Amino acid sequence: MTPDTTLQLTDYLFYFFALLAILSGGVVVFSRNIVHSAFSLMFTLFAVAGLYVLLNADFLAVTQILVYVGGILVLILFGVMLTNKIVDVQIKTGSIHILPASIITAIIAGALCGVFTLTDWFIAPGANVAAAKSTAPHIGEALITNYVLPFEVASVVLLVAMIGAAMIARREQKPAAHS
Amino acid sequence: MTLQVSLTHYLIASAILFSFGLFAVMARRNAIMVLMGIELILNSANINFIAFARYGGLHLDGQMVAIFVIILAACEAAVALAIVLNIYQQFNTVNVDEVDTLKD
Repeated sequence: MTPDTTLQLTDYLFYFFALLAILSGGVVVFSRNIVHSAFSLMFTLFAVAGLYVLLNADFLAVTQILVYVGGILVLILFGVMLTNKIVDVQIKTGSIHILPASIITAIIAGALCGVFTLTDWFIAPGANVAAAKSTAPHIGEALITNYVLPFEVASVVLLVAMIGAAMIARREQKPAAHS
Repeated sequence: MTLQVSLTHYLIASAILFSFGLFAVMARRNAIMVLMGIELILNSANINFIAFARYGGLHLDGQMVAIFVIILAACEAAVALAIVLNIYQQFNTVNVDEVDTLKD
């Protein structure tokens, strides 16, 4: 295996998406305006979807955009709008315990990066070749064969979470109005 | 570690995203910011799963786990935002350090 030292297009794409994810992730965490955080979370999610494409996971990238950007992000924006008095333009939020949190985060980040860099990971043969075919048919097959039990359980969990969220978020009715 | 992209690069990127999420969970006051931190953490875990699925020769198994992580993240966001809305109605604030009574 002769190491080819020239960078390919996929390498540049990786650096682009990784930098986009990290920069917009930094804006998410450190911005004082919560609406700015929510919108830059969208860029982070898009960049992570791009990383999925580079990792031969095309179906997951589409799922990521549909579920996260189309669902969870809208939900979060609704949460921002419903829990802040927009009229006051007081949508700034502060931070607490910045020093201990920074220390703990730095320690954990350093440990993770050290472990990831120093470990001699097993690289499967042929992993560097990009897949030519879509993974969607294989994922569909796996969902109704090897993964049919987690699939069904996930559907029940989704139903329970939906009913539970509707029950919790519902405004309390006056007892006299009903019954 | 070379400039050419391999497994380590993806792992480092996900480690940085994880640290950002951890910082948001620990330091931000707004409950919705804490939720966004949790989403960042789940995304970084997903990057790890899929990177190992490609480079570790796991093929589809890692991607299947990532699908279930996305499903559970959707459930978690819905339920958590419902709880945050309830907290807002009860306490008129969503700052996690001011919500400190169990029962009024």
